Amino acid sequence: MLNKLVTGTLDWIDARIPMTETWNKHLAQYPTPVNFNFWYFFGSLAMLVLVNQILTGIWLTMHYNPSAEGAFASIEYIMRDVPYGWLLRYMHSTGASAFFVVIYLHMFRGLIYGSYQKPRELIWIFGMFIFLALMAEAFMGYLLPWGQMSFWGAQVIISLFGAIPVIGDDLTLWIRGDYVISGATLNRFFALHVIALPLALVVLVFLHIVALHEVGSNNPDGIEIKQKKGTASEEAKGKFTFHKQYSGKKDIIDAIPFHPYFTVKDIMGVCGFLLFFCAVIFFMPEGGGYFLEAPNFEPANGLKTPEHIAPVWYYTPFYAILRAIPDKLIGVVFFGGSIVILFFLPWLDRCKVKSIRYRSWIHKVNIAQFIVCFIVLGVLGALPATPLLTIIAQVGTIGYFGFFIALWLYSKNEKTKPLPTRLTFK
Amino acid sequence: MSNAPVNSGRRKFLTLTTGVVGGVGAVAVAVPFVKSWSPSEKAKAAGAPVAVDISKIQPGQLIRVEWRGKPVWIVSRTQKIIDELATLDGQLRDPGSEEPQQPDYAANAGRSLKPEIFIAVGLCTHLGCSPSYLPDSFSEQVEGVESGFFCPCHGSKFDMAGRVFQNVPAPLNLVIPPHHYTSDTTILIGLDKGDA
Repeated sequence: MLNKLVTGTLDWIDARIPMTETWNKHLAQYPTPVNFNFWYFFGSLAMLVLVNQILTGIWLTMHYNPSAEGAFASIEYIMRDVPYGWLLRYMHSTGASAFFVVIYLHMFRGLIYGSYQKPRELIWIFGMFIFLALMAEAFMGYLLPWGQMSFWGAQVIISLFGAIPVIGDDLTLWIRGDYVISGATLNRFFALHVIALPLALVVLVFLHIVALHEVGSNNPDGIEIKQKKGTASEEAKGKFTFHKQYSGKKDIIDAIPFHPYFTVKDIMGVCGFLLFFCAVIFFMPEGGGYFLEAPNFEPANGLKTPEHIAPVWYYTPFYAILRAIPDKLIGVVFFGGSIVILFFLPWLDRCKVKSIRYRSWIHKVNIAQFIVCFIVLGVLGALPATPLLTIIAQVGTIGYFGFFIALWLYSKNEKTKPLPTRLTFK
Repeated sequence: MSNAPVNSGRRKFLTLTTGVVGGVGAVAVAVPFVKSWSPSEKAKAAGAPVAVDISKIQPGQLIRVEWRGKPVWIVSRTQKIIDELATLDGQLRDPGSEEPQQPDYAANAGRSLKPEIFIAVGLCTHLGCSPSYLPDSFSEQVEGVESGFFCPCHGSKFDMAGRVFQNVPAPLNLVIPPHHYTSDTTILIGLDKGDA
C-alpha cells in the first residue's frame, strides 16, 4: 500500500520532470574511477563549505547593519547580544578560511594529476572563475565589519585599479562611489557580497560539475576509464550499471557508481574536516590573528593606517608578488598576471601524460619548487617588508612564473613513463 | 502558413536591424546601472574646505585634519629639516616637483607656501595607505636622513617635503592640497587664495 503510494508519486513526478533520471545520471549511475584517493575529498568539501557560507551568511544579514555608522556596532551586537550570534559569525569567518584551504588543496590535486588537461580544460576554466569569484567574495565580505583592516585593505585593493593608465583614477572613483572608502562603498560591497557574487558562485559551481560529468572524472593515474565500445572484458567493466549517457557509446572500466560508494567516502572526509573546522571555531576562532586580524577589532579610521597591514592569509602569495616589485604599474601587472596565468595552464602544459606518477623528474621538481615558492610568498606576504624579505619575495616571484615558463618548454618533449592500461592502487 | 517564397534578403535585413535596435536598447538599459555607481550628489557636495589653527603647533610636530574624508598633515619643519631637504635631490624620483602633484605655488624647494610649515594629503601615492611620520627614526629606512615618512603597507619612503625616494613602489610625490593662509596662524585647506 505504502510502496504503491511512493512509486506512484515518483512516477507522477518523473512524468513531469526528470528527477530519477537526473539522480541516476549524476549520482547513482555516474561512473567514478575506483582509485580515487584522499585528494578527491576536497571538491565535495568545497560544496559543504559553500552551503555553510550561504546558510550562516543569510542568518548574519538578519542582524547586520550595512552602514558606515552602524556596521561595526552591529558586529559587536551579533557577537554579544544575538543568541548564538557568535557561533554563526565564527562559522562564517572560519568558513571563509576553510573555503580557501579546501580550494587550494583541490587545485593542487588538479595540478599533480593533470586534471586540467584535454579534455577537461573547461572544468579548469570554470574552476578558475570560481576561484576568482571567491576571492572577490571574500574581499568584499572583509569590508563589512568596518574595522581598521577592512578599511585599509579595501583602500589598497581598490587603489590597485588606479595603476591602470588613463582610466585608473576614474575607475577607482567609480568602484568606491566616493572620493574615499565610505558608506557608499560599504553598501555596494554588501549588495555584491550577499546577492551578486553568491549567485555567480552557485551558477559557476553548477557549470563546473556539468562540464565534469560531460567528460568524466580524471583519476590519480590520469588515464581514461572510457574505452571503445565492445573492447573491454566483462571483468574490467564490472557488475555495475551506468547511465546510458556514459555507457551507451563507450565501455566503462574500473568504475563504480558515485552513490553510494563515494557519497559514503565523502562523508568520511566530511567527518575529518569537521573535526578541524570545529576545533578552530571553538578553540581558536581568530586563527591566531590570521583568520580575523587584530586591527579589525578597532573601528575604521580613515586618517590612520595601522602600523602593519597585511591581507588575510589566502591572498598573501599574490600580495607578496605585488609588493616584491618596486614599481606601481608593473607590480599590479604581475599581481594580476599571477592569477591570469593559471587560466592558461591547460595550454601551457603540452604533455600528453596527465598524472605526476608517470611524468618526468623535471616535472616533479618543477611542481615542488612551485609549491615551495607559493608557500614562501604566502609567508612573506603576511610579514612587514624589509629589504632582505623583498629580495626573497623577488626570488619567489621568479619561481612562481618560472614554473609556467619551464612547464611550457619541457612538456612538449617530456620523457614520461609508460602508462598502465588499467587503474592502479598505490 | 503562407506558401509565399522566402525573401531571404528582406529576412536578413530585418534580423540585422532588429538585432541592432535591440543591442542599442540593451546598452541604454546598462547606463543607469553603471552610472548609479558614480559618486552621488551628496558625496560630491561634502568637499567643504577646512580651517586649521596652527598657533599651537610645536617644532617637528605633525597634526592631522580631515578634508574630504582624507587625512591632511600639517607639519612644522625645523631649520635642520629644511636644510636637510636640499641635500637629498640625488636620491629622489622627482626632486624638482615636475609632476603636477601640487598647486603651482607649492612647486618650490619645500613644496609649501612657507618653508617651516608643510601641508600634504597623507595618503601614499602607491595604494593609498597613510604613511607613518618618523620624526627621528627615519634613518633606519634611508641612511643618514633623520626624519621622513614611511608607508607601512609597501615600504614607500618620502622626505619631509613629501618627495618620494627612488626604488620604492610609490611613483609620485605626495599630493599637496589647495590651501592658503587666511591669517598668520590660520590655514584654509581646500581652496586656493582668491577662490570663493
